[in-house]
Amino acid sequence: MLDPSQDTFPKLALQNARRLSGRVAIREKDLGIWQSYTWSQYVEQARLIALGLASLGFTRGDKTAVVGDNRPALYWAMLATQALGGIPVPLYQDSIEKEMEYIVDHAEARFAVVEDQEQVDKLLHVRQQCPGLEYVIYDDAGGLRHYKESCLLSLEDLQERGRKFAQEHPGYFEQEVAKGTAEDTAVIAYTSGTTGQPKGAMLSHRNLIETARSAIERERLDASEEVMAYLPMAWIGDHMFSFSQSMVAGFTTNCPESATTVLADLKEIGPTYFFAPPRIWENILTSVMIRVDDTAWIKRRLVHFFLDLARRVERCRLAHRRPALRDRLLYPLGRLLVYGPLRDNLGMSRIRIAYTAGEAIGPELFEFYRSLGINVKQLYGMTESSALICIQQDGDVKLDTVGPPLPGVEVRVSPSGEVLYRSPGVFQGYYKNAEATRETLEEGWVHSGDAGLFDKDGHLKIIDRARDVGRLAGGTIFAPKYLENKLKFSPYIKEAVCVGDGRPFVAAMLNIDLASVGNWAERRGLAYTSYTDLAQKPEVYELIRQEVVRVNRSLLEDEALRGAQIRRFLLLHKELDPDDQEITRTRKVRRGFIGQKYAPLIEALYGAGDSVQVEAQVTYEDGRTATVRAAVRLSDAETFAVAGAPA
Amino acid sequence: MREPTGPPAIPPGEPLLAVDEVSVRFGAIQALDRVSLEIRRGEIAAIIGPNGAGKTTLLNVISGFYHPSEGHIRFEGRDRTRLRPYDVAALGVARTFQNVALFKGMSVLDNIMTGRLLKMRGSFLLEALYWGPAMRQELLHRAFVERIIDFLEIEAIRKAGAGTLPYGLQKRVELARALAAEPKLLLLDEPMAGMNVEEKEDMCRFILGVNDEFGTTIALIEHDMSVVMDISDRVIALDYGRKIADGRPDEVRADQGVIDAYLGVSHA
Repeated sequence: MLDPSQDTFPKLALQNARRLSGRVAIREKDLGIWQSYTWSQYVEQARLIALGLASLGFTRGDKTAVVGDNRPALYWAMLATQALGGIPVPLYQDSIEKEMEYIVDHAEARFAVVEDQEQVDKLLHVRQQCPGLEYVIYDDAGGLRHYKESCLLSLEDLQERGRKFAQEHPGYFEQEVAKGTAEDTAVIAYTSGTTGQPKGAMLSHRNLIETARSAIERERLDASEEVMAYLPMAWIGDHMFSFSQSMVAGFTTNCPESATTVLADLKEIGPTYFFAPPRIWENILTSVMIRVDDTAWIKRRLVHFFLDLARRVERCRLAHRRPALRDRLLYPLGRLLVYGPLRDNLGMSRIRIAYTAGEAIGPELFEFYRSLGINVKQLYGMTESSALICIQQDGDVKLDTVGPPLPGVEVRVSPSGEVLYRSPGVFQGYYKNAEATRETLEEGWVHSGDAGLFDKDGHLKIIDRARDVGRLAGGTIFAPKYLENKLKFSPYIKEAVCVGDGRPFVAAMLNIDLASVGNWAERRGLAYTSYTDLAQKPEVYELIRQEVVRVNRSLLEDEALRGAQIRRFLLLHKELDPDDQEITRTRKVRRGFIGQKYAPLIEALYGAGDSVQVEAQVTYEDGRTATVRAAVRLSDAETFAVAGAPA
Repeated sequence: MREPTGPPAIPPGEPLLAVDEVSVRFGAIQALDRVSLEIRRGEIAAIIGPNGAGKTTLLNVISGFYHPSEGHIRFEGRDRTRLRPYDVAALGVARTFQNVALFKGMSVLDNIMTGRLLKMRGSFLLEALYWGPAMRQELLHRAFVERIIDFLEIEAIRKAGAGTLPYGLQKRVELARALAAEPKLLLLDEPMAGMNVEEKEDMCRFILGVNDEFGTTIALIEHDMSVVMDISDRVIALDYGRKIADGRPDEVRADQGVIDAYLGVSHA
């Protein structure tokens, strides 16, 4: 149970300001230099924002839309809103206007605190449709000098108003904070949703604090941790790690300079506690491999030799076996020559705990990082559970599970195979959507929508989305995401969509990774003009075919899934893009939508021809649309029977 | 540190630079033939014309690389026809080049810092020891350069070698270096040459931003007509070393002389 003196985030922050006053709460790299703010400064900044908002007529229950890259000012704005009994609504910063408009309208946000001109422009447009949005407050004034809208206000001006308001209303901030209770809604997190309109999950202070605390205790986190805040603030994971857990444990959150500098900033900060979805782990690996391939052959050989060795050792460790003597002897040398320097170069040498979640991670990818000695663990959770349900325990990590439930969390698998859970972190319901709440939340149990099962050690194993798991015409289980993750481990494949439910065999539509395939093509002197052109080169098809065959061979190891090998594939003429609604902002494939949009391609995969004409609508970042026409090739790939020979 | 926009000695709209009857001859070639024009404070002026029209020569005369055979150049009302390039730079004129001219072996940051050289004061000894006033000065200059890096969104390549960058980014770094000198007049020689559409849009945004945020007067040479029409306040057209038009973009576009020059009407 929560102590009423620290049962909301504003109360926790005030307590941190007393208890940890000199410790750094948040850092950001601004104009090339890391600027630090202590807990006292964190609270003072939030206090002035809160009082400024109060001077504009903010009342309890009002919502503040928060939009932008991870910036201290935006975290302060969330705390300020909570201090006044309001509810922050973080939005994805790369949303197009239409999406923002839906959420601002649905959440009835009266205030918006945004990062810069880019977001101001969007919100000013949104405001034309949502007159309920009264004020737009910005942090970075660049380019806004000539904006005359009366609803616009800089954060500095807001804080100045706050100072004046404080003189007229002494003690106002403290009184408002004291009014808050654990059951107040702390945040409305809109889920990106692979189907339909986004839903606003309401999470209370109790939900988030109790979940944060139980994970902090289990993982033994303390005020000395350093975490990177670089994933969208609208995503519950960032809210949990960079805001909730940081408040509860008192550790430091670091905001990178810009989205493009994350890897360099990572190196400077050297986080101890790090979270990345599989796609980021993948990007980092791809960038490492590109650099390795560009080095002299002797270094390349050395790196590959030791990485292979590390992988063998890690496989033994995971299986609780002793590695071969030769490998045991050579491993320390590898640490000296390759693993240590590589970890240091990635900024990962101080990591105590790293997580991957959001999607199942390809086993090869997972092994790679663990074999370098980075304690990457899998985690399972979702917005509706305050981000956390299961976490793998140190020393008890498996490739294909997400570990046992956290203390206080109950998980069971329904007869139909769906994962259900109940915990103190279970959300209060969807904002203004009682019907969706009823469908999801049954007597305290949440329907996760994921298909899963428990293994013999009580670890939960997630196979796929419950509704995506299907069967081939022959009856073999077809779990598309499982195959897609295996495909995406290839540095050359960025996205993959597998089809096969009710079909005679599995077929795949793939996106090449422009950076690595482009680099590959350059090294071979292969000229290309555009993404579409590169994707349709016969040489690139051959390259990818080998990757598909590799996946097919690896499927042999899995008895249940070995019948679902990929027999035919094509390389898409354009990248799957959230602006075209093909994937969500968190890069989850929207299967239904793709199934419809690419129906002619899918039919062609199951037809006899070796190419197909396509025409596609693309949406640019400014909302304009255009049509792309291309001929897409189709290619076969070998499949294998148990003996390992082509079937 | 001084703000980049000094108080204007001459009110906006007044000529910052006046080129008066300037001619340049290279042997028998008349590169500029009695050209007169004004660049007004606060504007973006585009100089257009077919190949060989004398555009780059004009820029070189303004920045002191060439001296006119005849005529005068006045900057902020004072005659400075025969100044050397470094004197011109000290007066507050910075430029970028048609073919990128960065120090390829140096980092992006160091390249931009060279743009501050004219603003640096202090003894060689203190600089070498990096001590006292020299260090404080370096920090102030670095802070200024960081604002430009932020403005041009090149944080991610701050420490990259300038020679390793793609062409579009090199152009942006060159612009950053020119801005580091806090110029009153910025001369851009084909800032978008060789860029793709997206890079051009970015560059347009930055040029407009420089003009707006820093109040810098800009004269640019550009071939892409849609760019010229979009961003310039005034267009000056040259052909065979002579000025053939000077006015608002829409006026110049409709000018018969300009159309002829581009479409190649017989000059016999």
